[in-house]
Amino acid sequence: MIPWLLEGLQCLLTLLLAPGLIGFVRLLKARLQGRRGAPLVQPYRDLAKLLDKERVVSTQASWIFHAAPFVVFASTLVASLLIPLVAAPLPFDRVGDLIVVVYLLLLGSFFLALAGLDTASPFGGMGASREMTIAALAEPTIALAIFGMGAGAGSTNLGEIVARTLAHPGSTLGSGHLMAFAALFIVMLAECGRLPVDNPATHLELTMIHEAMILEYSGPYLALVEWAAQMKFFLFLALLSNLVCPWGVAVALRPGTLGLAVAALVLKLAVLAAGIAVLETRLAKLRLFRVPELLGVSFLLALLAITSSFLVR
Amino acid sequence: MPPSFEVIGFLGIMAVSYIAAAAAALLFEDDRARRVTGLLSAAGALSGMGAAALGLAAGGSSVLELPSALPEAALEFSLDALSAAYLLLIGLVGVPAAIYSLGYGPERAVGAVDGALGRHSTGWRPARAIVPLFLLAMSLVVLANSVFTFLLFWEVMSLASYFLVIGRGDSPENLSAGRWYAGMAHAGFAAIAAALWLAAAGTEAGRFEEIRQAAGMLAPAARHAVFLLALLGFGSKAGVLPLHAWLPRAHPAAPSHVSALMSGVMLKIGMYGLLRVGLDLLGGGPPWWGGLVLALGVVSALGGILSALVENDLKRLLAYSSVENIGIIFIAVGIGLVFQSYGMAGLASMALAAALYHAINHAAFKGLLFLGSGAVLQATGTRNMEEMGGLIKRMPQTALCFLVGSTAIAALPPLNGFASEWMIFQSLLAGAAIPYPLMAAMMAIAAGTLALTGGLAAVCFVKAFGIPFLAMPRTAAAEEAREVPRTMRLGMGLLASACVLLGVLPFAAAPILSRAFFGMPGLSDTPAAFRLGLVMEAGAGASAISPTALALCLLAAGGAIPLAFRLAGSSRALRRAETWGCGRAVQSPRMEYTSTAFAEPLRRVFADLYRPAKTLDIEFHPESKYFVRSIQYQSRIRAWFEDAVYRPLFGLARPLAGTGRLIQSGSLHLYIAYIVAALLALLLLARWM
Repeated sequence: MIPWLLEGLQCLLTLLLAPGLIGFVRLLKARLQGRRGAPLVQPYRDLAKLLDKERVVSTQASWIFHAAPFVVFASTLVASLLIPLVAAPLPFDRVGDLIVVVYLLLLGSFFLALAGLDTASPFGGMGASREMTIAALAEPTIALAIFGMGAGAGSTNLGEIVARTLAHPGSTLGSGHLMAFAALFIVMLAECGRLPVDNPATHLELTMIHEAMILEYSGPYLALVEWAAQMKFFLFLALLSNLVCPWGVAVALRPGTLGLAVAALVLKLAVLAAGIAVLETRLAKLRLFRVPELLGVSFLLALLAITSSFLVR
Repeated sequence: MPPSFEVIGFLGIMAVSYIAAAAAALLFEDDRARRVTGLLSAAGALSGMGAAALGLAAGGSSVLELPSALPEAALEFSLDALSAAYLLLIGLVGVPAAIYSLGYGPERAVGAVDGALGRHSTGWRPARAIVPLFLLAMSLVVLANSVFTFLLFWEVMSLASYFLVIGRGDSPENLSAGRWYAGMAHAGFAAIAAALWLAAAGTEAGRFEEIRQAAGMLAPAARHAVFLLALLGFGSKAGVLPLHAWLPRAHPAAPSHVSALMSGVMLKIGMYGLLRVGLDLLGGGPPWWGGLVLALGVVSALGGILSALVENDLKRLLAYSSVENIGIIFIAVGIGLVFQSYGMAGLASMALAAALYHAINHAAFKGLLFLGSGAVLQATGTRNMEEMGGLIKRMPQTALCFLVGSTAIAALPPLNGFASEWMIFQSLLAGAAIPYPLMAAMMAIAAGTLALTGGLAAVCFVKAFGIPFLAMPRTAAAEEAREVPRTMRLGMGLLASACVLLGVLPFAAAPILSRAFFGMPGLSDTPAAFRLGLVMEAGAGASAISPTALALCLLAAGGAIPLAFRLAGSSRALRRAETWGCGRAVQSPRMEYTSTAFAEPLRRVFADLYRPAKTLDIEFHPESKYFVRSIQYQSRIRAWFEDAVYRPLFGLARPLAGTGRLIQSGSLHLYIAYIVAALLALLLLARWM
């Protein structure tokens, strides 16, 4: 019974903390830039407001446009069941591994890209094309990172990887680890539409990627899409922190360890979010055609990480 | 052991149905011919599946020899687990394609379709008779048990598909496609024949059992030669880079249900040949055999999808994507051979099962997509995606099927493409355990390529579904498109359900995958390295996923969200409005993103590989060059790679062909004289020996 409650807890944590995480990054960025910034709860307010508004749907839209928000939200929510946020291994650990998590998120992007094309808007098409391009170019890095971690732990299941890292920190946290982390961090920036790949705060359609793709969404649909994007960001950060630094994740199910696990998760996310806020304050957005170079660097890092792990074994 | 009565019965019904189907196409009038031929072909494919199911259940192999006057030219067939698996694969696409053909073609027969792009030849009677013969030939190739039988039906298969490609022979595009295909198919045939004869050199009648026994005594050099020739011949049939040049030409030229058979099934017969010769007859070889196959797979996967990405012709795009998928299959076959040569029997079984799984899955979704493209072609009269758009509102069921196929081929969970690619990735991961760093690093690079291919396939199929089916129609033809006949939708629906079922219920494929390689040398008969149950396990249970549970979770989550919204009392108001266009008054299809534009970012990223040529003509206003009168932009991507490989070959072949022409006068008398001379020479030779 308790493990199943844990899955529920993970789902709830993702749903509830994700907007707050975005609010935290925005607040921190504002402070770093000398602004006061919106309060931490602003994303929650935005979602509540969107849920109360009417949906304006293009006359050109087909059922794809109506279905995509649900597909992207559902697939992200299911991904939250598979990632060890506070405990490992979870009952759903053998339902999906790291590869499933990545492809579930890609499933969401796939349908959002279709929805971007569906309204016959040039912005939607442009956003869709660019979003998918970046997603495709990020795939090899992700695969190599999974390959490296999977080869180290002997499994691609997340619970297994976390448990193995906790049990033998020396053998799995090798020399390539830092490089793998850096590679995945770059991929996270690209996948979640952060600077320097995409600017989440821009107001010009032509410079946007993700925002251009979902330009036609409004009301509850937009709430779903935005919320799903926030959850994706949350899950990516949680994945990064718990794969590289799993300490704090509860292996035994006691109230004390669980409380500690939630606190550890919040702390790790806060550290990563602060890092992103600093980075986004320091960096300008790259030109679209410079992004492949950045992703190329991440691929090389991942390749180096693997080669070094082969060399030292 | 001799085959059971039921197996012979099923195979007999299969052969008789196919032949009757061909006869019906020639005997009956147009409409009735289509119906009778289609139904009989479906019956033939179904009985083939029946025989295969019995063969799989029985295990072992059953041999059937047909009486013949010449022992060397006896027809001999055998049904073992591998043949049964491929017979099932033929039926998997054969049945829906036959049902689909019931409705395909009548409305827009040849000539009614405008433009060179849309020409197809379903209305031509002999073409209809050739389709069942093509199916029969493919079935008999996988059942063949001697060199002679194999080569005979291989050639029948190639010739049948050649005639389907050229159709009536009145379109220059089809004729050119046919020439490419005939040339490469026969070069491939020569290589296969050389490989098999070399392997059968010491045997009496060229039976596969004899070759299997004699293979151990072959000199290493001869073994390598057999393998390389087989790889060349079967690789050209399967369409691996750089032997793929015929494929994007021939597949689009054939009628769409034939394209489905060619891409979905015939390419896999090439893979079957490689497995039969390399693994079964030769019993595997040194690691570099597998490494070579793996490298070919990596190159094909990446090259295929990159070519597909920039393609605007829907059927050519699908054909290039077949090159990609054959590449993925070859990656898995390569790993399997590598594992086998290192004596890792369990992992080898897993990798080969993954290859077969992907082959079956590719048959399902590529068959589906080709049938879908045929439906679009019939409804709009064009294969050019830039002239389509908005078809989802006009052909909703075709669109749904095409979407299922696109999602499956993009390897997205929980559909079948994901399940098999997951298994292939796990096989690569297991390859990290190979004690040679170079091989292990190759596995990592293959994994990276596989992922890039998967990502690019997602881009490609967002385009292949989004541009034709979504947004506004770009031409009047697309505007007037309507849903295709029920039989065609049924054919697509069958394959779409196969894509869902093979993905969500992987255990449905388990009996085939775990038995197909039964008794092959160097593989484990009880493959413990993978398990396909409710939970799919790979690497002896190290990694596991459950597509079934995943699909249920997705369904539950997708259903719970609207419910939660209603409970939370969120707004349900909906207003229809024009798409936002920065204040522009009227929405027009000219503002839509095009297929070319969609692929533009990747075309720039991979510009070094594509080498696009573009011309830009701007006519300025005479007063000021800040005002533009007209802009003409043209961009073309030439397959420079094919030029580089094939041009020198053509240069070499042309003078030779010119010399050969000296004896080809076209006079019947002369040919009879040749035959008599050859007969005399042979008789003399026999006497003298």
